[in-house]
Amino acid sequence: MLVIARRLFFYLVTAAIAISLDFLIPRMIPGNPVDAILSKMQGVTITPATIHALDLQFGVNTSASLWGQYTHFWNNVLHGNLGVSTANAFEPVSTVIRQALPYTLGLVGVATLISFVLGTAIGAIVAWKRGSWLDNLLPVVTFFQAAPYFFLAFLAIDVFAVTLGWFPSARAANATDFPAFNWTYISDVLDHSLLPAMTIVVASAAGWIVGMRNVMLTTMDEDYVLIAAAKGLPKRRVIWYAARNAILPSVSGFALAIGFIVSGALLTEIVFSYPGLGSLLLQAVQNNDYELMQGLFLIITFAVLAANLIADFVYVFLDPRTRQEA
Amino acid sequence: MAVGIGTEQVTGGAPVPGAALLGTGSPRRRQRALRLPRSPKIIVGLAMLTFFVLLSVIGPLVAPYSPDQIFANSPVPLPPSSAHWLGTTNLQQDVFSQLLAGGSDMLLVSFIAGVIATALSVVIGVTAGYLGGLADDLLSMLANIFLVMPALPLLVILFGFLGKTGSNDLFLIGFIISVTGWAWGARVLRAQTLSLRNRDYVDSAKIIGERRSRIIFAEILPNLTPIVASSFLFTVLYAVGTYTAMAFLGLVNPNWSWGGILYYAQGANAELTGYWWWYIPPGLAVALLGTSLVLLNFGIDEFINPRLRAAGLSRRGGDRKRARALRSQQFALTPVLPVSRPPAAPLDTTAATAGNGGRA
Repeated sequence: MLVIARRLFFYLVTAAIAISLDFLIPRMIPGNPVDAILSKMQGVTITPATIHALDLQFGVNTSASLWGQYTHFWNNVLHGNLGVSTANAFEPVSTVIRQALPYTLGLVGVATLISFVLGTAIGAIVAWKRGSWLDNLLPVVTFFQAAPYFFLAFLAIDVFAVTLGWFPSARAANATDFPAFNWTYISDVLDHSLLPAMTIVVASAAGWIVGMRNVMLTTMDEDYVLIAAAKGLPKRRVIWYAARNAILPSVSGFALAIGFIVSGALLTEIVFSYPGLGSLLLQAVQNNDYELMQGLFLIITFAVLAANLIADFVYVFLDPRTRQEA
Repeated sequence: MAVGIGTEQVTGGAPVPGAALLGTGSPRRRQRALRLPRSPKIIVGLAMLTFFVLLSVIGPLVAPYSPDQIFANSPVPLPPSSAHWLGTTNLQQDVFSQLLAGGSDMLLVSFIAGVIATALSVVIGVTAGYLGGLADDLLSMLANIFLVMPALPLLVILFGFLGKTGSNDLFLIGFIISVTGWAWGARVLRAQTLSLRNRDYVDSAKIIGERRSRIIFAEILPNLTPIVASSFLFTVLYAVGTYTAMAFLGLVNPNWSWGGILYYAQGANAELTGYWWWYIPPGLAVALLGTSLVLLNFGIDEFINPRLRAAGLSRRGGDRKRARALRSQQFALTPVLPVSRPPAAPLDTTAATAGNGGRA
């Protein structure tokens, strides 16, 4: 458990740095974000209190010391106070994000899991059958590895939603549906999430396939694989022995991959008009809604750190060597 | 040929491929460098990359129209015709001209980002790996923090606060992208430096009394070249994707870019209305440019770790037999070669298979 404790400490430090960046970036970059926000607020009565609150948020026209502002910022974050979203009728950012978060967690979480399992399995098989027709998959995989997620989303919508009409093309549910915990609504949400999820799976599986194949090729040369084959074990068992060990770098490489996948998935959400964090990100950009941007950065970072922590638990479970240390 | 040495000692694990291969002397390295272009992946990758670089440089000069020119003759985007090879946008601008104009800024930004990020990763990775101790702990932690922090929302804040003025400065954009993209290279380089540090030739250099700077620059860095090259390509690929994503969000849009075309196409719902000529060319261009970089990277990976070589992109009967023979060897502790084959060329089989596959 020492490993987990150390990783946990690392994630806490990373979270603290993310919060500090969130505080510092508006103050480091020249320009006055408050003016930019006020210029966007057409048709809203701006009270001096609003301006004062914004000034405090971005450290403009304030007599408080930088340290004082910093501790104030921390206090706010720890109390879940991320400011207000100008693009969403001054609702608290935390409320806005809370409404969108379940969609992204569900879509990206499930898609990432499927892509990991599928990609790793395909990678293991491609490596095992090296020199067979399966090698022809690699150029295709290379293309998908390089194509932007949102371009694949364009194609998926045009082909599968519009031309073939198999899937709905936008949103997370029919506009007429009322969110409720019943089968009509749930099946509707599932129906709407299938195409975006498949887009994310296809776009992200490529990385796992290549990663797994490369490690598997090395693992297949290990003595224990030779012994397993020499004993006459069924081929499936032998592949399993090799794959079980080859999967470790994929799990530890999760940290790098998840950042890319989340970024790609958020852009995919935008193309699908999916009401998750990606669409909020676009909304924040289009409206200069800085506090929403900052809140999204924090929440997405925390979610990625949590995903990494889960990957660490899986790693400790898979690799007994990490457990011996303590 | 010389590459045969050390195949059986290649260390496992994705981040440090082919550690043993890198320790060999320089004449051998030169030989291998000459062999490099024989891999079909490298040839195809280089050809595609050259094409896109030429396209971006010459493109704006040979474009039939200005990308901003408006041809007011239809309320909806027009499909490809002889006047507009790739059709028009909803504003009746020529998609082909926009495509030709859209590559240069992106490539320049990606190149700047690649150079800065590679320099950062070499400095930080080699320092951490060579010094060890507390410096290593702190620098590794820094790299890991940048590695786990999701880049997209961070870049959105940075470009969001920079606003219009900052998003027109190509060098600044490249610099910001590189800040979020150096950590992976630094981690790989650190691991490799760590393994090179304790090699005999480094020890002997130390015993002779060479200065630390000479050991790093003359003994260690040259042996990191393939990894530096691979991390440079990786960063350029990352920058291409990131710049396209930023342009797609409308955050950077100084001139035309492929991501920018997609931004307008998405704004006009091109994917819902079947205006394929509007969104497919820029998307495909980004994807193929990325593919060329990935192929080159694969080529370098296979060069570092020959075990990764597949038997080629396509194959014929002869190759298949050789590949099967190769596969049967995988269970041997030492390579057992068919009697008919000269024993000195165990790896040429692999190389030849890879080469033939591409030529076939």
